[in-house]
Amino acid sequence: MTTSLTRGRARVAQARLRMARHRALLPDLTGPLSAGWARLPRGARWAVRAGVLALAVVAPANQVGQIMAPASDWPSILFYPIGVYILLAVGLNVVVGQAGLLDLGYVAFFAIGSYTMALLGTEAGLSFWIILPLGILCSAVSGLVLGAPTLRLRGDYLAIVTLGFGEIIQRSANNASFTGGPRGISGIPHPPSVDHVGALTYGVLDPRPYYYLVLALIVVVVVVSRRLERSRVGRSWAAIREDEDAAELMGVPTFRFKLWAFVIGASIAGAAGVLFSAKTIAITPDNFPLLLSILVLAAVVLGGSGNLAGVIVGGFVVAWLPERFRALADERVLLFGLALIVMMIFRPEGLFPSRRRRGAPASGTAPVAVVEQAAERVEAQ
Amino acid sequence: MSALLELAGVTVRFGGVEAISRLDLRVDEGRVFSLIGPNGAGKTTVFNVVTGVYQPVEGSVSLAQQSLLGRKRYRITRMGVARTFQNLRLFARMSVLENVMVGADARHRTSVPGAVLGLPTHRSEEAGGRRLAGELLDLVGLSELADEAAGNLAYGNQRRLEIARALATQPRLLLLDEPAAGMNPSEKQALQALVRSIGGRGTTVVLIEHDMSVVMGISDRVAVLDFGRKIAEGPPEEVRRDPAVIAAYLGAPAGAARAE
Repeated sequence: MTTSLTRGRARVAQARLRMARHRALLPDLTGPLSAGWARLPRGARWAVRAGVLALAVVAPANQVGQIMAPASDWPSILFYPIGVYILLAVGLNVVVGQAGLLDLGYVAFFAIGSYTMALLGTEAGLSFWIILPLGILCSAVSGLVLGAPTLRLRGDYLAIVTLGFGEIIQRSANNASFTGGPRGISGIPHPPSVDHVGALTYGVLDPRPYYYLVLALIVVVVVVSRRLERSRVGRSWAAIREDEDAAELMGVPTFRFKLWAFVIGASIAGAAGVLFSAKTIAITPDNFPLLLSILVLAAVVLGGSGNLAGVIVGGFVVAWLPERFRALADERVLLFGLALIVMMIFRPEGLFPSRRRRGAPASGTAPVAVVEQAAERVEAQ
Repeated sequence: MSALLELAGVTVRFGGVEAISRLDLRVDEGRVFSLIGPNGAGKTTVFNVVTGVYQPVEGSVSLAQQSLLGRKRYRITRMGVARTFQNLRLFARMSVLENVMVGADARHRTSVPGAVLGLPTHRSEEAGGRRLAGELLDLVGLSELADEAAGNLAYGNQRRLEIARALATQPRLLLLDEPAAGMNPSEKQALQALVRSIGGRGTTVVLIEHDMSVVMGISDRVAVLDFGRKIAEGPPEEVRRDPAVIAAYLGAPAGAARAE
């Protein structure tokens, strides 16, 4: 009895060691990278940021497209899925990565933004620039309405409720008459163009102006997210994620800050939805499947929950890989899945782990850490 | 002298078990007050009642004549009660400095709009919180480790960090739950000096501790709990000689047991 137990433990220890070695085979680029980043002088950091932005501006060029996605219309996929996924990933990162709330129905807020644009654009004839704040407001309010009763739940329960919410929104869109049912809404207006300025001419043929619009939105959202992360708000979210009860006892109004995280995440998804709908002309409920919530969540986790740069890379990878494999037709989804599994084996905390998430005693074995923490909590009772 | 913390007739029940029974406790302002007793006597339950984790079925709990019952936990913290935990509950993956800053945030008002727009009130609160956290890390001797993840600290340092985090909320009443547990003798010495200096700054301290050298060295007053009841209270020297206390700790002498 005792010997089999010891043997079992030894086997677990060996498996852990093997996993650690696997990881050791890969050079740990991100550790020194983020530490080096913090040590860089202010000017150098701004130079790197400007460089990344410049790359993003020239990204729609044909030469880039030939390498990145030879089988697709590259500027078009830069807007959707790539740009929109990145925007959604940054938004979901506030909820999942920073506050630690598992939201499986994030697509619902994207859908609400999209339908706001579609309905107000076709029925009321309002301009995109007026609908954008209205769409953000609508999704923020729905975030508040969903969050107020459910954020008293924790962990798995919250995940189940949000999962249900995502389904409710999609089914409602499918069955209600004002949303056009399964046929959806078509004839959605584009944003108004500025005459003679190519980058601001929002037509049907050229996807680049829309890409620049989503890029601008990503920049704004990244700045907002970064400011929040470094403030009392971000600290409160991190504290809630680490130990909600201890956070409350240290004076953090946990419910209020969880609600904020939910509302901010919802607003970002709403903005993405308005933009998506303004380019796409026609939307149907099929644009908002559960799979989209899962893919955006995969982007957040894959990139390194809580780390903005990582999450952006995660959004890019999740959106881009299936397009890159397009030439392989049916096998591409399989390859995409395999690529995700391989990445999660080698980097279980994401491509760029968040500094706040790294460095815990049980780093690298996230599920083990969760179990250990749960056990400690039970002991503490 | 006025009572800062006052518990009157407090009873806490879990199912059929009474964790504390009709407990009266009065802690005067500016004192170091110790709660001692065998394991399971209900000491931590007292802390949990004061901080709003448990609600008593009977009795009253008040801080400076204001009732604490039914208040939200973070409000109790803002009223001036801070605590540490017997099983350390730091934010393990946040830095040492950030842990203390979370405590300082209890006094801050700015929220999302202030942070997004970088308003002046927000900036001055951030700077103030950072300064206070720095001072407190100096006080507990952890300045060198400010950027380290809290979970990577040695055990004794984690205990000190919990004290700094609690002090950052600027409490009138500090509840320390076994702060010396797991510390070596020299760390215990340093802890005693720290608690004395906290008391010297005008913060009232309530201490749960098993190490009698620590308790006797720093307490102005000691109360002894056993099975949820207070069996003795007084200055340390008096309590130490109390037969009921000796019986609770060592078991009643054979003769005494027969006499009852």
